[in-house]
Amino acid sequence: MSSENKIYFYPLWLRIWHGINALGIILLIITGISMNSGFEESVISFKLIITVHNYAGVIVSLNYLLFLIGNMVTSNKKFYIVKPKNFLKRPMKQAYYYAWGMFHGMKAPYPLSEKRKFNPLQKYTYLIVMYIIVPLVIISGIGLMFPELIFNKIYNISGVLITAVTHSAMGFFISIFLIIHLYIASIGKSPLDNFRSIVNGWHHV
Amino acid sequence: MKYFIPLQILMLLTITLKSFGQFYDDPASHDCLKCHSQQTYSFHNDMMDTEEKRLMNPYLIIDTLRLRTGVHQNFDCTDCHSFDYTTYPHAASLKLEPMMTCLDCHGGDESFAKYEFDKIDEEVNKSIHRQGFGDNFTCSKCHDQHYYSTTARTSSSIVEIVENSNDMCLSCHNDMKRFSLVSGDLKSAVVDIHDWLPNQELHFKHVRCIECHTAVEDDLMVSHNILAKEDAVRRCAECHSANSLLKASLYKYQNLQERAEDGSALGVLSNENYVIGSHQIPILRTISLIIFFAAMAGIIIHVIFRIIIKKK
Repeated sequence: MSSENKIYFYPLWLRIWHGINALGIILLIITGISMNSGFEESVISFKLIITVHNYAGVIVSLNYLLFLIGNMVTSNKKFYIVKPKNFLKRPMKQAYYYAWGMFHGMKAPYPLSEKRKFNPLQKYTYLIVMYIIVPLVIISGIGLMFPELIFNKIYNISGVLITAVTHSAMGFFISIFLIIHLYIASIGKSPLDNFRSIVNGWHHV
Repeated sequence: MKYFIPLQILMLLTITLKSFGQFYDDPASHDCLKCHSQQTYSFHNDMMDTEEKRLMNPYLIIDTLRLRTGVHQNFDCTDCHSFDYTTYPHAASLKLEPMMTCLDCHGGDESFAKYEFDKIDEEVNKSIHRQGFGDNFTCSKCHDQHYYSTTARTSSSIVEIVENSNDMCLSCHNDMKRFSLVSGDLKSAVVDIHDWLPNQELHFKHVRCIECHTAVEDDLMVSHNILAKEDAVRRCAECHSANSLLKASLYKYQNLQERAEDGSALGVLSNENYVIGSHQIPILRTISLIIFFAAMAGIIIHVIFRIIIKKK
């Protein structure tokens, strides 16, 4: 679906998922940093921070199912298919564009269209984040919520420690992803254009 | 004359062996132990001219096996107890004579400097035991001189060290008769008082009482300043945060405990337990800060270029 240089990239289910995910992840990052850094003295009680983290974690995890099912049953999945040809060259080309080309009059190497929702760099990043990092953070989060599921020791290292470190390390990568994601989103027709798109569903090309 | 040298060697060996031997090798023929190692003792009643057999006071029975492995194994009874005890019946006045104290031998002695007896004495003076019961609370209330061994220094088994240490406390705190010797009417209730402690039995086996009940002195191997019960440490995290395995077991315990208390499905969500992740590993914290600042620097540089290009 397209009209006047606009493509309907973001169907309603995807926008709902994205909205819940965005709010949830922001809450998780703020509360997660508080818990990791041990800021016990703050405006909000520490107990509340932990509770908010737990609730947000469960909501984001359930919401992840919406993402999985949505991609399974709709055609949105086709945007994630990676072509083996020029597997590394394609994202490198996009990175080159962001780092150098866009300042030197170079045209975007992979312009978005009805067939291409993500440039290769975006596609790879989303695949890693959504299918490796997020599942890891969910699994380790479930482990921390139900620690009896965790191995007592793995090669003499506490299972709880490994799970906690995995959880916070993956959380950290998600935080870095979020920062870069928000910044890259500002590279559109105008700095706020892409943010409008994820709300109304229409992307300007 | 041809047997002179072998005879000399034999005599030397006999003397040497004797000096390393013990006074308690044969309790049955030892002046004191022939009675004090038995449940009963017999004597000739001169007044009645009869042979009598009586029960020995259980607190005065000596375990000869343990006696022979203690640090004082080479001492004879009368090295510390009055020589007059060698006559029977023992004179009643002997009970009123002052007993030898540990510091009579160990105090101010350079050869025992490493054990820091004088510092220990200072600490004991500050302790609730000495504060409450004065000089009646002697070293021997905890350290039985007959059997004492330096387990904390020599044993490589934590469980053995803990057991040895806790036995000293429990010998009174788990024995109403001995406890009443210094406590008066107060009743010891070790198990009830520690009711708040999860896995009490396990803690008693693996943690010394003094871990929570003493003011730690860094320069003393074993702290002797036993605190009043109100001042004992009750914070699980004191132990369960220094070591990740301990912390992990605490985390698991608290988590399960709170869930058991709050049976609802949402109980798990309002569970206030948490465990610090990568921030407890300094290298990971450093790496994460580097990645974060690198990402921020990249973005800021990119923004600057975008602004410059736009102005052109």
